[in-house]
Amino acid sequence: METWAVDLANVGAIYPWQGTEVIMVIVGIVFWIWWHVAQLKGEAEEFKADIAKHGSAEQIKSALDKHY
Amino acid sequence: MGNNLDALTTVFTEFYYWVTVVIMFLIHVGFCMYEVGASRWRNHLHTLMKNTMLIPLVTITFYFFGWWIYWALPNGPGFTGGILWDMGAPNAPWSESMATNLGDRITGVFWAAFLLFSWTAASIVSGSVIERIRSGAFWIHAVLIGSVFWIIDAAWGWHYGGWMVQLLGYHDAYASGVIHAIAGGYALGILVVLGPRIGKFAADGTPRAILPHNPWLVAIGLFLIYTGFWGFYAACNVPIISPSGIDGMITGETWTATNIYLGPTTLGAITFNFLMSLSGGLLVAYVVSKGDPFWTYSGGLAGIITASAGNDLYHPIQAMFIAGIGTFLAYKLHYFVERKFKIDDAVGAVAVHGYAGFIGLVICGFVLWGYPSSPYEGYAAVNPLGQFIGAIIMFFVLGFLPAFIVSKIMSGMGILRIPREVELMGLDFKTLEEGEESREAIRQAEKALV
Repeated sequence: METWAVDLANVGAIYPWQGTEVIMVIVGIVFWIWWHVAQLKGEAEEFKADIAKHGSAEQIKSALDKHY
Repeated sequence: MGNNLDALTTVFTEFYYWVTVVIMFLIHVGFCMYEVGASRWRNHLHTLMKNTMLIPLVTITFYFFGWWIYWALPNGPGFTGGILWDMGAPNAPWSESMATNLGDRITGVFWAAFLLFSWTAASIVSGSVIERIRSGAFWIHAVLIGSVFWIIDAAWGWHYGGWMVQLLGYHDAYASGVIHAIAGGYALGILVVLGPRIGKFAADGTPRAILPHNPWLVAIGLFLIYTGFWGFYAACNVPIISPSGIDGMITGETWTATNIYLGPTTLGAITFNFLMSLSGGLLVAYVVSKGDPFWTYSGGLAGIITASAGNDLYHPIQAMFIAGIGTFLAYKLHYFVERKFKIDDAVGAVAVHGYAGFIGLVICGFVLWGYPSSPYEGYAAVNPLGQFIGAIIMFFVLGFLPAFIVSKIMSGMGILRIPREVELMGLDFKTLEEGEESREAIRQAEKALV
């Protein structure tokens, strides 16, 4: 938009970069899928590290006493 | 907008849906409080984040493809026609209507109203699987129920041209089936594969009660869900439309509010029935649960959910009794299924939403037998068989089945359930330990200053 000196009845979309909608959608979908992949990977690594560091029977019994 | 009356109607409708969206946000606040209250101390933060993060994930996917599904798939495809490409096009994510557009004031708020239903569908599932599902697995399920399966059922049975409405006479004005039965069925499909929490069942199979850790949070959460449910009811209506706007068989010039099928109703009618069905559920749940607060509150919800299918047309006293029947049966079914099949539904979501929704659809088929399902010519009338088939489609075909299949795949990949050690030490173990260490360090530092 360059001016508001217009009849609003004739105005439709007013967002920038009109014509690039499909590209924006593709980028958005890639971002969404990346998020799931990164999250699943991160969650698995976190569990693995937690078990390695705190997962002995004694530590788990202690955790049950402290944080139930 | 052709003239001032059109302009006023459009702006009123825009504002109306916007208000319902804001009110419906309380449903999600309520679900978060409820889940956190029901979980144990060691799992609070993960439980909160599991529910919270479904908001962005379902929102963006509902934008990318969920909304398009609603407009493109009312025919199935394959039941009453093919994919409606023309109807889908303005609602595809690359459409100018799906953005800042002075020529279209309605798509954004209407999309958002449906989106809040999507959050609710996913959030219903969230509560039942707490304390043992991986967040990543749940979030994939949230996208599937929130942006794929519930909106397919909405296209089929909650759209003025849906094939279920046309062929079965399916009537589900305030979503007994299209939100609640499907979400309950979906939750059950996950639970069957996921299994119970460690310790839920004794060695001989006797279920143990894992009580809500914070009953106050649960109570406030459920009150907020009630509150948001008001907005949900209003959002299910078209607030004002003329007979010529409906373009059906209604004659005369009287403008009206309508249900989603464009059949006439009023906000007054649904206010009567919302409150009477809430009351019927509360009254019966209190008695059947012997005054258990958790079930009494949940019974209020189950009551509304049972009556919702026909609450656009019921008499308030009918709504009250229908709510009571559904609540009684949902309560009994919950404990029967728990004992018989060892299903650990942490918040009773399968019963309150799934069984109550299913029962509500079936009852609606009898009470509204012969009523027109639509103002359009050639549609089947409301009938018991159509409602029963509809309930099967909602609960089993689009709810239970996909959840079961996807959960089986996830389980096979080892990404469905958290490791046993983590379940025992608690999902928030690291955060709680770090918090303790931090508090101790500060305590020692402060002591050193004395």
